[in-house]
Amino acid sequence: MAITAAPPTAPTASSAGSGTTGRQSRRNTLIGISFILPNFLGFALLTLVPVVAAFGLAFMEWDSYNPAEFVGLDNFQKMFGNDTFWIALRNTLYYGIGHVPLTLLCSLGLALVLNRKLRGVRFFRTAAFFPYVTSLVAVAVVWNMLFNPTMGPVNQLLTTLGVANPPGWTSSSDWAMPAVIITSVWRDMGYYMILFLAGLQTIPVEYYEAARVDGANAWQRFWHITLPTLRPTTFLVLILLTVGSFKVFDLIVVMTDGGPGRATLVLSQLIYREGIAQGEFGYASAISLVLFVIVLLVTVLQFRLGERRDR
Amino acid sequence: MSVVEAPTATVSLDPPSVPPVGPERHPVRTAVMYVLITVIALGVLVPFVWMVSSSLKNNNEVFTVPTQWIPRDFQWNNYVDIWSRIPMTTYLRNSLFLSLVITFLQVLTGSFAAYGFSKVRWRGRDALFVAYIATIAVPWQAYMVPQYVMLQKAGLVNTFWSLILLQAFGAFGVFLLRQYYLTIPDELCEAARIDGLSEYGIYRRIILPLSKPALASLALLTFVATWNDYMGPFIYLTSNELWTVQLGLKSFVGLFDGDYAMIMTGSVISVVPILVIFLIGQKYFIQGIATSGLKG
Repeated sequence: MAITAAPPTAPTASSAGSGTTGRQSRRNTLIGISFILPNFLGFALLTLVPVVAAFGLAFMEWDSYNPAEFVGLDNFQKMFGNDTFWIALRNTLYYGIGHVPLTLLCSLGLALVLNRKLRGVRFFRTAAFFPYVTSLVAVAVVWNMLFNPTMGPVNQLLTTLGVANPPGWTSSSDWAMPAVIITSVWRDMGYYMILFLAGLQTIPVEYYEAARVDGANAWQRFWHITLPTLRPTTFLVLILLTVGSFKVFDLIVVMTDGGPGRATLVLSQLIYREGIAQGEFGYASAISLVLFVIVLLVTVLQFRLGERRDR
Repeated sequence: MSVVEAPTATVSLDPPSVPPVGPERHPVRTAVMYVLITVIALGVLVPFVWMVSSSLKNNNEVFTVPTQWIPRDFQWNNYVDIWSRIPMTTYLRNSLFLSLVITFLQVLTGSFAAYGFSKVRWRGRDALFVAYIATIAVPWQAYMVPQYVMLQKAGLVNTFWSLILLQAFGAFGVFLLRQYYLTIPDELCEAARIDGLSEYGIYRRIILPLSKPALASLALLTFVATWNDYMGPFIYLTSNELWTVQLGLKSFVGLFDGDYAMIMTGSVISVVPILVIFLIGQKYFIQGIATSGLKG
């Protein structure tokens, strides 16, 4: 979603020179298109066309055997009357409500702690980032074992700390989602830490020196300098996290496969099940459209709020 | 199109050259800091420690009370046995093949298109670029069904072609490289044009050599994303002999879910190539993420 601010486009190719003729600009167009073509063909065929098709399919009834037929809003009616859809939507929101703030706090905390000149800090940053590049299957498998209800290290630790009945984690429908959220926070926090570190390094040291001279303590410096200056980064991270949490898919498929029961079934997974596993192309596209509209609305809303606070 | 002011791309994992949070003069405070970050790092790394340690145990030693963090005797033979238990060599070869082909095509077509979007001026360029960027904002899940239908009709499901076509022409690479090309002064291209170099010559002789860091970032990000991808192969590859490491590992877990030690051995083997690549190319990785602020 978020796009880094590009430097203003400067006059670029030769046509910017004085002797621009119609022939030259046609030539430039041909050259420009020739550069883009190899990527554009693949992109148009496999991304642009499906994106447009997804909108159309949402209003059709189509499975692999019968020809597509326009059915208006039938798919949406079916969806809103189906409790699996509502469960998936609720679970997706539940995941987001846990994942977004926790990842934000953990990644900001990591960035603050690791943004200093200490020997070996490079190693610690690498360590914090590594979960993000580790394969998801390995991550899910390891955490499933760590969360083992009877013998896993997590529950052993909890028992040692005096918790009499530690949760059943992925085998309990109440605790499966928290287990997924903990795993996802652990995996993603290093990525957002990088963005926060980049933001922190743009804050001029003079700000802190001036504040220190004025007698501001560490908390005041954080509250009045770090946080406000970091606002653009925090905003970017918030949007990326929110969009990402609505798209959660592979972690859940590998870790719980939506279970136990439907306790961790999320929207993306429902689209996969209906559309690709069952072949209900139209119905699945309707769910996709709802997912897309939600993501779009949330992003626009966050932008609005961000703008208002800017004033 | 929404544009967000993003952090500058100068971050790295190296300590910053200026102390950002005041000088650490007090030895006590420094010591406290070290204790704190060591505790955090241990917390983050514990799952990896568990993974490696379990991969060197017997099955019945994986879950013990209290947890054994260091195996009593090291079962190195796990790392030998796994190759005969599952077709690990095939899985690794498939993953490597897909990752290399997709990375190569993505970098090649991406850098070519990025040049057309940044250094040649033509009508309709910026509108087309917005279309590229807009699709990055659409969640992949929203159009995976039509994609699947198309590839199914084309008879490409259950072939490597489906994944290569899907992942080699991403808008993300074009976007990342265009951002970088915009920082290369146009005067360089202008001078080359006056010297009689064609646009293709400028791309190959000037822009490509100058953009090595960005190309490295894109190559690393793409390679790792393809290697780790689960959903793509999960949806498109059904025959065992086409499976990637991720699919193979997942199916192993499903088939032998009591074989804890061996599962961990497989996990370690699937992670090691990424660890090596990550440690070698760390700098470019971080740069790529900080530049784009975008998840692939």
